Amino acid sequence: MRERQPAVNVSFDGVEYEGLLGESVLECARRNGVAIPSLCFLEGLTVWGGCRICVVEVAEGHRLRPACATQVAADMEIKIETPRLRAYRKSVLELLFAEGNHVCAVCVSNGNCELQDMAVHCGMDHVRYDYQSPAREVDASHPKYVFDPNRCILCTRCVRVCDEIEGAHVWDIRHRGQQAELITEMNKPWGESLSCTWCGKCVAVCPTGSLAYQGSAIGEMEHDPVMIKRLAVARNRGEWLDPKGVS
Amino acid sequence: MSDTTTRRVVEASNRQQGDHPSGDNRFELVDKHLKRARYEQDQLIETLHVAQDVFGYLSEDILIYVARALRLPPSMVYGVATFYHLFTFEPPGDHSCTVCTGTACFVKGADAIVQGVSDAYSVPTGETSADGSLTLKTARCLGSCGLAPVVVLDGSVLSHQNAESTLELVGTAVGGEG
Ligand code: SF4
Ligand code: SF4
Ligand code: FES
Ligand code: FES
Repeated sequence: MRERQPAVNVSFDGVEYEGLLGESVLECARRNGVAIPSLCFLEGLTVWGGCRICVVEVAEGHRLRPACATQVAADMEIKIETPRLRAYRKSVLELLFAEGNHVCAVCVSNGNCELQDMAVHCGMDHVRYDYQSPAREVDASHPKYVFDPNRCILCTRCVRVCDEIEGAHVWDIRHRGQQAELITEMNKPWGESLSCTWCGKCVAVCPTGSLAYQGSAIGEMEHDPVMIKRLAVARNRGEWLDPKGVS
Repeated sequence: MSDTTTRRVVEASNRQQGDHPSGDNRFELVDKHLKRARYEQDQLIETLHVAQDVFGYLSEDILIYVARALRLPPSMVYGVATFYHLFTFEPPGDHSCTVCTGTACFVKGADAIVQGVSDAYSVPTGETSADGSLTLKTARCLGSCGLAPVVVLDGSVLSHQNAESTLELVGTAVGGEG
């Protein structure tokens, strides 16, 4: 049994819930069945706080906070569905779509994509920014998997799962800002990597069509991010094969 | 895995034992720093600085060497090194020309100087010409705005430059070598 953390009152959009000290606003919301959109967050991995899809307003001064990287506090008043936040989420999504080459119609993850689902959920129906249309080469050197940087949103789920769960740390990000991109080892083709164990965890957690199995046809690639949650639950709580631990 | 990769990794591991088969004693300067830093992983950036001072740039071999010495994953070392503009990954040219593109110099026409040198030596900004003779860089405000536009050629500061005057001086420097 895990130790029970002290409980406090919090509210989401004016409705009161019980928060536990030490948990994040996002965890608290999910535990209480309140929806907050998220992308880079994945239960079982450390918090990255990079995508900013999960921004919420915290009452004092309507400050914007990433829900995944903000701790719950006593009497916290949290807003999720305000016009301002809806607009921000849309902007973040539009920037992501404008930044890479997200041509859903020919993507292996069409129909099974967290980015696509998020766009639908947030009502993002057009992009107001100029498409950057960067020239990015697909890396198909790995015998089992393909990395298509055109679909990468730099959520670092793959970096974290490979480092924290598999222990191989094959992936990382090079450069910064607009030039930032995912690399394996010393920027070598993935297939030449000495550290990759072919475990497929990075492929399982990718929210987009960026990491996929070799030979996947359009719309065929289904990811399994919940696998990591199952692993985390098993390891941290010693609960294997427990369907209750898994949403 | 390619043969080159294997060879590099093997070479790097040999070197780590203090035996530099490349015969490159410069690695000993890096080792000296590493020892002083007690091989602490948070000394990565410092170590990269030392290595760049010693070698002039950070080659893949050097990065692998540092990664192994500090017991860090190569992708992390590569990621950290490329995050900072201060590190370079190509050997510098025989001569270097840095044009200040800070506000004062920009207003006074630094752009034309960059363009002029870039065209004359077919070298994109931040890179080295194909024959290895010249590296062209830009910098943000060198703190001598009174002398704008400022160019630094092989370490000496040139004041009140324009494209023609810079090209002449670069020509003398590069040509002077024959
Ligand atoms: S397959 Fe496994 S070891 Fe290889 S990069 Fe992906 S997570 Fe890392
Ligand atoms: S490849 Fe996928 S999991 Fe990795 S950073 Fe890109 S979008 Fe995220
Ligand atoms: S989910 Fe919180 S910043 Fe990405
Ligand atoms: S702007 Fe060039 S020296 Fe200040």
